[in-house]
Amino acid sequence: MDTQTEVLNILSDLTGEDLSDQLDENIFETGLMDSMGTVQMLLELQDKFGIAVPVSEFNRAEWDTPKKIIAKVESLQNE
Amino acid sequence: MINLQPYANPRYFVILLIALLPLMIGLYYGHRFKWYEALVSLIFLVLIFDGSKWQQGVNLILYIVYQFLVTFGYQKYLKSGHNKTGVFYLMVILAILPLTAVKVAPVVPHNESITIGFLGVSYLTFKTVQVIMELRDKTIKTVNPVDYARFLLFFPTISSGPIDRYRRFVKDYNNPPERSEYLKNLQYGVRYLFQGFLYKFLLGYLFGTVWLPQFAKSALFSGHAAGGLRLSWALLGYMYCYSMYLFFDFAGYSLFAVAISYFMGIRTPMNFNKPFIAHNIKDFWNRWHMTLSFWFRDFIFMRFTFLAMKKRWIKNRIHLSQVAYLVNFLIMGFWHGLTWYYIVYGIFHASAIIINDIWLRFKKRHRKQIPHNKWTNAFAIFLTFNVVCFSFLIFSGFLSQLWFSWK
Repeated sequence: MDTQTEVLNILSDLTGEDLSDQLDENIFETGLMDSMGTVQMLLELQDKFGIAVPVSEFNRAEWDTPKKIIAKVESLQNE
Repeated sequence: MINLQPYANPRYFVILLIALLPLMIGLYYGHRFKWYEALVSLIFLVLIFDGSKWQQGVNLILYIVYQFLVTFGYQKYLKSGHNKTGVFYLMVILAILPLTAVKVAPVVPHNESITIGFLGVSYLTFKTVQVIMELRDKTIKTVNPVDYARFLLFFPTISSGPIDRYRRFVKDYNNPPERSEYLKNLQYGVRYLFQGFLYKFLLGYLFGTVWLPQFAKSALFSGHAAGGLRLSWALLGYMYCYSMYLFFDFAGYSLFAVAISYFMGIRTPMNFNKPFIAHNIKDFWNRWHMTLSFWFRDFIFMRFTFLAMKKRWIKNRIHLSQVAYLVNFLIMGFWHGLTWYYIVYGIFHASAIIINDIWLRFKKRHRKQIPHNKWTNAFAIFLTFNVVCFSFLIFSGFLSQLWFSWK
């Protein structure tokens, strides 16, 4: 599976919604995502991709749409 | 001796703006006169803590020396290649220790009245703890002592925030804005300044100084006549009036602090975003005293849930979030002070947000059956507003006065 599908799977588990056609939706504003969901997501990303994102590194503005999350994961994987 | 409390009266603004003028001209030409800025900061800090407040000034100096020892001791330890969890917790405890002493002192009986606190100690502690946590996470690689001193002692926000973050502050500080950017900052700064005058000196004054004492008097009078829980219509009036006062006074102050920061080329984050149009409690905490609630979100709530999930302390995620809310808001209550009404205020908000979450989950499951239109939205705002105002009535301590005759 590629990164995009994996991330979207994680997000759909967390939010209960398929976000593949809403890649630019601000998931914090729509209420799909909150702090609790964020922590779960970071842990899942750590498990699946081995990327460690400390919670103090987490800046909502950089992670607020599925597209941005995918891009973030991809750039962290290449580090 | 001249003593100038921050933003207390129009004279303060006149003196401040004259002092800042050379700095602003420098920024207009793309330079930050760091020495001049340090000098102005020092003078305005001395003006806060001189005269009868000298004891607080001494405490501030001791506090800064102490926090420097903790932070740079920890940094040295980390640079030596270790990163033990126990040491990290110890450092956080050491950083919070002075604040804890300040909060506990008033409830411990003692003979002499010694001042151990100073204006701003509560807010400075957020900054020091944040830096220790980020050093641990390695999101802050190195703390520069001069930058750190400027960050802690940034005088426009020293007394009551907004609470900035080290990395954000240093970036602004070391990169003076472009001219067009700076002109925009000035524009916003002027707007915020006048909005602040309207909020704090006019509306805050009307609600807090003119009307509030009248509501208080009549609520105490009719409360004693009514007996029981001493409820009255005047108490309801007090609740709304106090809520308005709290908002306009604090939002007004915050606007001043942000405006002056903008004049100095530092984009201190905003503290309020129309909190009374929030449609639920969660939304409210994204709009009310934002730099405080985001600090708690990032450094208490998220850290706690992250740790608890990783260590599997609480398996059920819903229960975990409820415990985390309670921890979060209890600490916030204690931070306000060790009296029953601050702690009840914390528990009240934790309960409100837990109930809110239960409702949101219920709504998600029954999306088809639950109507959603402008009327339900208006009702949601109305309900949230009243829940919030009630929480402020607890927070005000007036119930303590009404029921037990002490505050």
